[in-house]
Amino acid sequence: MFEAVAFYLFAFLTIAMFYIVVTTKQALYALTALAAGMIFISAFFFILGAEFLGAIQIIVYTGAVMALYAFGMMFFDTTRDVKEAQGNKFIITGLATLAAVLVVLIVSAPIISENITAYYPALPEVGNTQEVGMVLFTKYLVPFEVAAVMLLVAMIAGIVLAGKKMDLSITLMNDAEIHDMKIDQKLDQHKKVLS
Amino acid sequence: MMEIGLNHYLVLSTILFAIGLVGVMRRKNLLLLFFATEILLNSVNIAFAAISHYYGDLTGQMFAFFVIAIAASEVAVGLGLLIVWYKRHGNIDLDTMSTMRG
Repeated sequence: MFEAVAFYLFAFLTIAMFYIVVTTKQALYALTALAAGMIFISAFFFILGAEFLGAIQIIVYTGAVMALYAFGMMFFDTTRDVKEAQGNKFIITGLATLAAVLVVLIVSAPIISENITAYYPALPEVGNTQEVGMVLFTKYLVPFEVAAVMLLVAMIAGIVLAGKKMDLSITLMNDAEIHDMKIDQKLDQHKKVLS
Repeated sequence: MMEIGLNHYLVLSTILFAIGLVGVMRRKNLLLLFFATEILLNSVNIAFAAISHYYGDLTGQMFAFFVIAIAASEVAVGLGLLIVWYKRHGNIDLDTMSTMRG
């Protein structure tokens, strides 16, 4: 009973929030609605008994990803209305629905055939976090390490891309100043090559 | 109706995935395109967690963790590239990104 009430309530809230994200013209509204939708999605994970996944969802998405987006939006002109791609709305909606139904069919095809067996069955006597730890650090240790390397690469890429020349704004300089800056850079490179 | 099964979660995942795809197709601003991508990844996470719960198998939750890690690194790299593009060109519309000149 309570599960059904919680499911329908959070399903309605999540769909409403994500609908706002894809239809609003204000980038700030989209950001706020996306953050709310992420928190509502973590409720499904708690209902499904995946407490660790729910906590990770709140921490990573609402804490890290949304903060990163908010930080990135300070660079962009977010007060201007967002222009939309002009297209046939019925074709877009139809194609999107068709693609989504196909994806769910692909995911649920092995389940419908009913010959599924649990590779890593959940143990009833320990909690979810403990189970996750046991499976993650035995069977999925190599993907876990690869994910760690991938996050390191992403961090270095973010620092290199966004941290370059933070003190001067290329958009506020005129073309002659940018040209001079590029010539200076080339001179520096030649000096490095010669020395 | 009152008994929540796996199909409820899969239908919810379908609806959210369709919303995300509509967003990907109709947005021109790259930042809002990224938002729609996050919706796609999250809808798949719901399907993974639901299947994991209803079959007593933790593999689905593991995949959801890796999807979250990939989403986080995608945001870091994508926003860095977007900031560089905005500094050079002053907008982040998809239509202006037709050149590949360095």
